[in-house]
Amino acid sequence: MTQQAKIVGGVHVEQRHDSAHKHVTGRADYIDDMAAPEGLLHAYLGLSSVAHGDIETMDLSAVQAAPGVIGVLTAEDIPGHNDVSPTGKQDDPVFARTVEFHGQPIFAVVAETRAAARNAASLAKVDYTTRSHFTDVAEARAANYPLVTEPLTLKRGDAAAALAAAPRRIKGDMRVGGQDHFYLEGHIAMAIPGEDDEVTVFSSTQHPSEVQHMVAHVLDVPSNAVTVNVRRMGGAFGGKETQSNLFAAVAAMAAKKYGRAVKIRPDRDDDMIATGKRHDFLVEYDVGFDDAGLISGVSANFAARCGNSADLSGPVTDRALFHADNCYYFDNVVLQSQPLKTNTVSNTAFRGFGGPQGMVGGERIIEEIAYALGKDPLEIRKANFYGDDGRNVTPYHQQVDDNIIARLVEELEASSDYAARREAILAFNAKNGVIRKGIALTPVKFGISFTATWYNQAGALVHVYTDGSVHLNHGGTEMGQGLNTKVAQVLADEFQIDLTHVKITATHTGKVPNTSATAASSGSDLNGMAAANAAQQIKARLVDFACDTHGVDPDQVVFEPNTVLVGNQRIPFPDFIRSAYMARVQLSAAGFYKTPDIHWDREAGKGRPFYYFAYGAAVSEVSIDTLTGEYQVDRVDILHDAGRSLNPALDIGQIEGGFVQGMGWLTTEELWWDTEGRLRTHAPSTYKIPLASDRPRIFNVSLADWSENREMTIRRSKAVGEPPFMLAISVLEALSMAVASAADYRICPKLDCPATPERVLLAFERLSAEAGEV
Amino acid sequence: MAQIRKSISFLLNDRTVDLDTVAASDTVLDFLRLEQRLCGSKEGCAEGDCGACTVLVGRLADGELKYETVNSCIRFVGSLDACHVVTIEHLRGTDGGLHPVQQAMVDMHGSQCGFCTPGIVMSLYALWMENANPSNADIETALQGNLCRCTGYEAIIRAAVAAASAGGQSQDVLVSEREKVVAILQGLADGLRVEMGKGDDQFFVPASVDDLAEIRLENPTSVIVAGATDVGLWVNKHMRPIAPAVFISHLDELHRIEETETGLTIGACVTYTEFQGAVAQHFPQIAGYWNRIGGEQVRNMGTVGGNVANGSPIGDTPPVLIALGASVTLRNGTQQRTVPVENFFIDYGEQDREVGDFVEALHIPFCGEGWSFAAYKVSKRRDEDISSVAAAFRIRVADGKVADAVIAYGGMAATPKRAKAVENLLTGKPWTAQTIADAQAGFADDFSPIGDWRASAEYRALVAHKLLTRFHLETTQGHENTMLKREAVA
Repeated sequence: MTQQAKIVGGVHVEQRHDSAHKHVTGRADYIDDMAAPEGLLHAYLGLSSVAHGDIETMDLSAVQAAPGVIGVLTAEDIPGHNDVSPTGKQDDPVFARTVEFHGQPIFAVVAETRAAARNAASLAKVDYTTRSHFTDVAEARAANYPLVTEPLTLKRGDAAAALAAAPRRIKGDMRVGGQDHFYLEGHIAMAIPGEDDEVTVFSSTQHPSEVQHMVAHVLDVPSNAVTVNVRRMGGAFGGKETQSNLFAAVAAMAAKKYGRAVKIRPDRDDDMIATGKRHDFLVEYDVGFDDAGLISGVSANFAARCGNSADLSGPVTDRALFHADNCYYFDNVVLQSQPLKTNTVSNTAFRGFGGPQGMVGGERIIEEIAYALGKDPLEIRKANFYGDDGRNVTPYHQQVDDNIIARLVEELEASSDYAARREAILAFNAKNGVIRKGIALTPVKFGISFTATWYNQAGALVHVYTDGSVHLNHGGTEMGQGLNTKVAQVLADEFQIDLTHVKITATHTGKVPNTSATAASSGSDLNGMAAANAAQQIKARLVDFACDTHGVDPDQVVFEPNTVLVGNQRIPFPDFIRSAYMARVQLSAAGFYKTPDIHWDREAGKGRPFYYFAYGAAVSEVSIDTLTGEYQVDRVDILHDAGRSLNPALDIGQIEGGFVQGMGWLTTEELWWDTEGRLRTHAPSTYKIPLASDRPRIFNVSLADWSENREMTIRRSKAVGEPPFMLAISVLEALSMAVASAADYRICPKLDCPATPERVLLAFERLSAEAGEV
Repeated sequence: MAQIRKSISFLLNDRTVDLDTVAASDTVLDFLRLEQRLCGSKEGCAEGDCGACTVLVGRLADGELKYETVNSCIRFVGSLDACHVVTIEHLRGTDGGLHPVQQAMVDMHGSQCGFCTPGIVMSLYALWMENANPSNADIETALQGNLCRCTGYEAIIRAAVAAASAGGQSQDVLVSEREKVVAILQGLADGLRVEMGKGDDQFFVPASVDDLAEIRLENPTSVIVAGATDVGLWVNKHMRPIAPAVFISHLDELHRIEETETGLTIGACVTYTEFQGAVAQHFPQIAGYWNRIGGEQVRNMGTVGGNVANGSPIGDTPPVLIALGASVTLRNGTQQRTVPVENFFIDYGEQDREVGDFVEALHIPFCGEGWSFAAYKVSKRRDEDISSVAAAFRIRVADGKVADAVIAYGGMAATPKRAKAVENLLTGKPWTAQTIADAQAGFADDFSPIGDWRASAEYRALVAHKLLTRFHLETTQGHENTMLKREAVA
């Protein structure tokens, strides 16, 4: 037989998303597309109509009497705990009795159809004793609102002394807006009641195990009674890490109460109103530096709008601090978080998990220095990059020992022709026309690992059937990122069989237990390793079997493409498997992986929370219209580090998508609350994520193909989900430069974000006026 | 009175659907997903902004079969009589496998989570059929009404280009079976009035404009639904009953554009897309502005008449219509009366409309020799957004002085409104930067804008000034160096 040179669909190759053919034909099933179980009921949430207050009376008689209604659920109907907080702080009720934000769920109605349930939910008569509310982080702080969770301080050296001694010093603040996830598939759950205390939940969640535990907690049943199943999500971005708990819990409660399957799917508006978002921050900084722009001391405070409960605000605000340094060495530093309670929906995970907010604050510090010194911000960046011994320790005392940022930036600077283009832009702006341009090169260093160290574990379940086909299951979830494809590629590579022989199956708490959220960019790092481990266990048994039966040494058993070479004999993989089965070899294994060498002492603010760093850099060029503040992104060049990419096509997709999503966060995506505490940007008509026409007019994206992870990650690849998001900071800074042209680049524009056309115009007007006064 | 039919029939992909129970507010998306179990079309927003529910609707327009993308979430089933609805499930390649557009999306990695993908494929499919060699700008226009949160669109653009290269249009089912479909639709269009449902479910599909007038007289509180781009939200977002509804988008008489020596008379159902040709021919100054109204699906559905009729202070067309001196014909039974558009808007939610009136036509004068004309829209996001401020300017300069000025703004008051104080300050003055500066004082008399989630009052007031400056710059220096160059250059 002719031996195949390579398997089809192994690692380090461009491989299409496993569901692509189903996506494009509309035949990929999302939960709302599944065939409805007989007798399916529909639940809908009733939301509060005040931002803060106690419910005095809640008259649901009209709701109950509405056509098609089966019943209503209130806090009193909860069999177990009225709580879905992921922290165990018991601060996040399923149904609130004391309302803490406008649009907080207070009851649910169950009806024969979704329309009937939704109509009925609007008929509730609720009286409240209202209390004063604070939606803004500065206002909440001024009102002495509490922190929702313990703050963190990172400290190294003596920042106060360094600041006092610095030749130059700047203090300032920056507003960083939040962001709605705007996953195209909104939240949804469907629960099917089982025997005794059992229930099966189909949930659009990144964290099936937490949904399982939360449903058990709310129903007051053991976790072994609850099974959670996730085939795919229509996007998540962090918005389905904890926020799915509520919907799963309500569906499960209703299913058990009425003994019928129950589905719950909020309208887009209600989804945006009642579920958490990216945290908004108020960053206050104080930086000391010299005339060359070298930073000697930094003190900064990161106050975050956390909303009504802790949710993930602790680790999110921690991660903001972990990334305030970005690629820069701060000799003396103190960074503090201030996770503030506000009367807004509890904010949650979102791609980057606080990192982007911390990093954009850090980059503002660089800008301040550059404009104060009249230098190109890139010069300040390079002057402050982490370096060798003595300049390679982070504010959390982890050594940066895989630093490639200088090389990345150097290559990108050259390939994008940065210097010449900047000169041309300066000349263009010097004509003082209506249109001004800006260019900025910003770097990214992003720490990979959950800072909750125990989350850095994963499991997989692999079966090889007697025909040689492979069943893959792991604890990660597919939300579009292509995790299943990558893990299947790893498995194909391990067994050396074509990818078509690997069947990807839905994430299922009954197959792989106690999983971590698919988050922190960790999906393929963790689950790829767990799947590889399972395959290696099976392969070890197969090698033993081959040695026993063929009388060869282990090194004479080689897994070649779709065949196994045993001694001199090439056996087709299916035949080899069949014979192993006949010899009673176990062809199934549960794989496991835990990230080595990481540790974190939060009290001390010291440790090695990250296994490694992923790097990248971007150059963005923009034009602004100084009459309206409108702008466009003319060109973007990206050089990104995905290590030895498992799948360059999918990684490029993550980079392009992450960048544009980050650009949306920093430009047009604005969350706006009115004086009643109501979020008024709660639908795509009012909340503007980027469109095709907003993407850069020229968009060059490359992988740093020379990069290889120093650590023993899966096939030496690097995580790619979150890091590219922060490359979009280059767009904000390019806008800032265009604005700075109003005052000959001598005044830092302090452009808050999102830098809407309004903020750009008002900043340009402000700088023009200040320049006139100078 | 016309004969009445109590059912509707339409072609759904490759089979005829006859329905005798339909409610006024039943949407096409729910019909597809819940009743037909055609779940390829997705609900992302239920307000016509995300495009995940995009389907094609084919209609015989004056005998010719036209397919357009629509948002099925805000299209009503009752409006589908004698139409051809084409969903993602109908697409296939000649070999029964993937359609060239689908194959290109797979090959170019155009899907990630996949939820927006069927809608994107439908929009690209419509483009592929219409335009064998689309530019980047054409592709972006085709995708103005489709949101994708995962890909950053780059891969989708690559797929659109690849699909165009693949070609194969002549083998496509909508082309090869065109005659058959036309015959079926002609058979379904029997010219009868349709009347279905009772109470909150009731709706009419008039046989003609005269029949519409009759229905309107008998049901003066009826909700007239043309494109449904606004009424769809009343149903989906406010859960408001719309019965008795009168669906009029099929009335050929109301889709006509008639040209006279002095201007155009357009029927109330002329969509933004249908008017695009007239814009290009007669009002090229606002071609860019017109392209920023909604997204492609909304432009295919929404009507200029509806944009006037609903009286919104932030509609895109009223400032333009006011600046051009357009008027609106209101019909009541057999009576007609004509009102200048600027007088039609009385206050927020209040228009000059008697009980039983409906908008029948608009008369849009040409810009006129010697007049300069422009319209500008300012919004948070360039495309498919509602304006923070919109403005239309039309002036005539004679002997270096402003002889006439007509200026109208949207987003600056409770209604679309003329800037009369500003006009007065300009009239008779030289068309110079100094005059523009002096005229700024008029804005405070004309407008006191509000602040909301789209823009602060301060920004609106500031931009209103600046747009006048823009108009002056454009008329005196051209737009080469004064406007963003939007062309896709990649």
